[in-house]
Amino acid sequence: MSLLEVQDLTTAFMTGRGEVNAVEDVSFSLNEGEILGIVGESGSGKSVTALSIMGLLPSPPARIAAGQVRFAGQTLTGLSERQMQPIRGPGIGMIFQEPMTSLNPVFSIGDQIMETIRAHERLPQAQLRARAVAMLDKVGIPAAARRLDDYPHQMSGGQRQRVMIAMALACRPRLLIADEPTTALDVTIQAQILDLLMDLRDEFGMAIIIITHNMGVIAETADRVLVMYAGRVIEEAPAARIFDHPRHPYTRGLLECVPSLTEDRARLVAIPGTLPEPARRPAGCRFAPRCAHAEPSCTQAVPALESLEPSHTAACFRARELSR
Amino acid sequence: MIRLATRSLLSAIPVLLIVSLISFGLMRLIPGDPAAAIAGISATPAQIAQLRQDLGLDEPLLFQLLQYYKGLFQGDFGRSLLLGKGVLAATAERLPVTIGLSLYAMIFTLIIGIGCGIIAALRQNSWVDQAAMMFAMIGISVPNFFLGLLMIILFAVKLGWLPSGGYIPFTENPWGWLQSTAMPAFSLALLQAGLLARITRSSMLEVLRQDYIRTARAKGLPGRVVIFKHALSNALIPIVTVVGIIVSLLLSGAVVTESLFSLPGMGLLLTQAVLNRDYPMVQGGLLLVTGFLVAVNIAVDMLYAVLDPRVRYD
Ligand SMILES: Nc1ncnc2c1ncn2[C@@H]1O[C@H](COP(=O)(O)OP(=O)(O)O)[C@@H](O)[C@H]1O
Ligand code: SF4
Ligand SMILES: [Mg+2]
Repeated sequence: MSLLEVQDLTTAFMTGRGEVNAVEDVSFSLNEGEILGIVGESGSGKSVTALSIMGLLPSPPARIAAGQVRFAGQTLTGLSERQMQPIRGPGIGMIFQEPMTSLNPVFSIGDQIMETIRAHERLPQAQLRARAVAMLDKVGIPAAARRLDDYPHQMSGGQRQRVMIAMALACRPRLLIADEPTTALDVTIQAQILDLLMDLRDEFGMAIIIITHNMGVIAETADRVLVMYAGRVIEEAPAARIFDHPRHPYTRGLLECVPSLTEDRARLVAIPGTLPEPARRPAGCRFAPRCAHAEPSCTQAVPALESLEPSHTAACFRARELSR
Repeated sequence: MIRLATRSLLSAIPVLLIVSLISFGLMRLIPGDPAAAIAGISATPAQIAQLRQDLGLDEPLLFQLLQYYKGLFQGDFGRSLLLGKGVLAATAERLPVTIGLSLYAMIFTLIIGIGCGIIAALRQNSWVDQAAMMFAMIGISVPNFFLGLLMIILFAVKLGWLPSGGYIPFTENPWGWLQSTAMPAFSLALLQAGLLARITRSSMLEVLRQDYIRTARAKGLPGRVVIFKHALSNALIPIVTVVGIIVSLLLSGAVVTESLFSLPGMGLLLTQAVLNRDYPMVQGGLLLVTGFLVAVNIAVDMLYAVLDPRVRYD
């Protein structure tokens, strides 16, 4: 049985123009120790997917409108805030895109790491401290014991992200969700943080969901890839296949402009047009207005994910004929 | 931290200087003669002139001012013309009443204001939020002397739960003090509590949106730790600034409240001093009250640094 199973997840937001689905019919699963990459342009629903799994979306306006999330055999959707608490931390840890604002400015980093452990385990103060120092050491903060009493504003962005990782891993989670962990960092620091995550995966053996808009990051890390567009999964395959035989025109577009890790600014500009907002999505295939291969029939219905090969699915009416 | 303290102390000097100048000047600008006031209606002009000379009021203004400052530097605040005792002694007698009342009101303000603000923010847009904000609005818009009157009528006259006036010093009977000062303190507090509730609510809402709150929840911390540790400690930072202002507002509001409830505090003392043109008492009393306020505000600045490490390490 897989560690995480997401089935037909649909997350809706109440907005001024009524309820819109930020994420629609998303399904995937993840095995123990596996690294799944979720890639897509900004606004495609990656963060909402991750936050839905963690139960961290503000409600209202957010609501899990359909589907379910199962983690280690337990159904998470529908759990109360209190019931989610023991899962967050020892079950699933999460790090975020914004290292500068994700740490509380008025508490020392040692305090913030130790309170995480204390929330889930009974340990004497000395052991809490030792564990916090060990975690900081593992994430590569030099002179860890002396940095314990430092405040976030005394650290650089890269160091803060290391602290976030130390905090998320302090309770040895079985799954780590990293939502654009390197996007806000300098390119040289980005590579260091990714290396660190890979090392820690080897050491702790946790599964990772790494979320990014950067195919370069996927190439460095993921075993398997989920491509999202306008709230839906449009392709899923092992990482090697995605790079060798992408089947969806959008995925190919993404690959044509792979920003290497060293020049992040190139981003995803090669696909003309922009991602539609949830309330303004076109009928039928949501990618149609930007797709070079679009035909009139593409706007008649939403293409479903179709299995093209074992463990390779794509949601495009013309996937088979185009990839010949 | 030490630099911050020195800086605040230094900036207090011009404040005190200006306040002393203004109180000196204003008293002499308003018409009326302290000698006439002291001597009474039946005094002859000659008696009054003699009194003026005895009190040094016939000297040139500049000379009087210099004499005043000379006294201050020697720690001498002068003698009250009316009471026949030292300004310092009179203040020492009355200021504790006012400070006690303000402190009492401050405690009401903090409990009601911060409590309502937090509850309203946590239940944003619910009926609890709306009810709390309506009470805040009432507190802000109803003048506190009017509220005081209503309370006297209801609790003292109609229900007879609390004494309507009469002051029992804390040192004599703490419980009696708590009772006799409850109504004045509450009526004084309500305006400030309303303001504080609104500020706390918006500060809290702002903080609850921050990324570090999401982090705290993502770590699996219990709800009370997220709210009272992570959110409140940040929401309090802007509130502390307001608390410094609230102390000043409470002290000045205490003047009105004291006369309404006939509490023998600084308000009553200074009102009588002004009416009787008791120059030294007004000058010295104002200066001492200002000094107290300045000290409170310095303490608040320090508190700010304690709460916010970014200020502490600058
Ligand atoms: N709090 C919110 N209220 C309304 N809409 C939201 C909210 N958060 C996200 N959305 C919508 O959900 C969609 C997906 O956002 P998100 O998951 O953050 O994208 P990304 O793939 O960049 O992480 C966006 O179109 C956004 O407009
Ligand atoms: S379904 Fe049509 S429009 Fe959509 S991606 Fe495929 S070819 Fe393009
Ligand atoms: Mg995102």
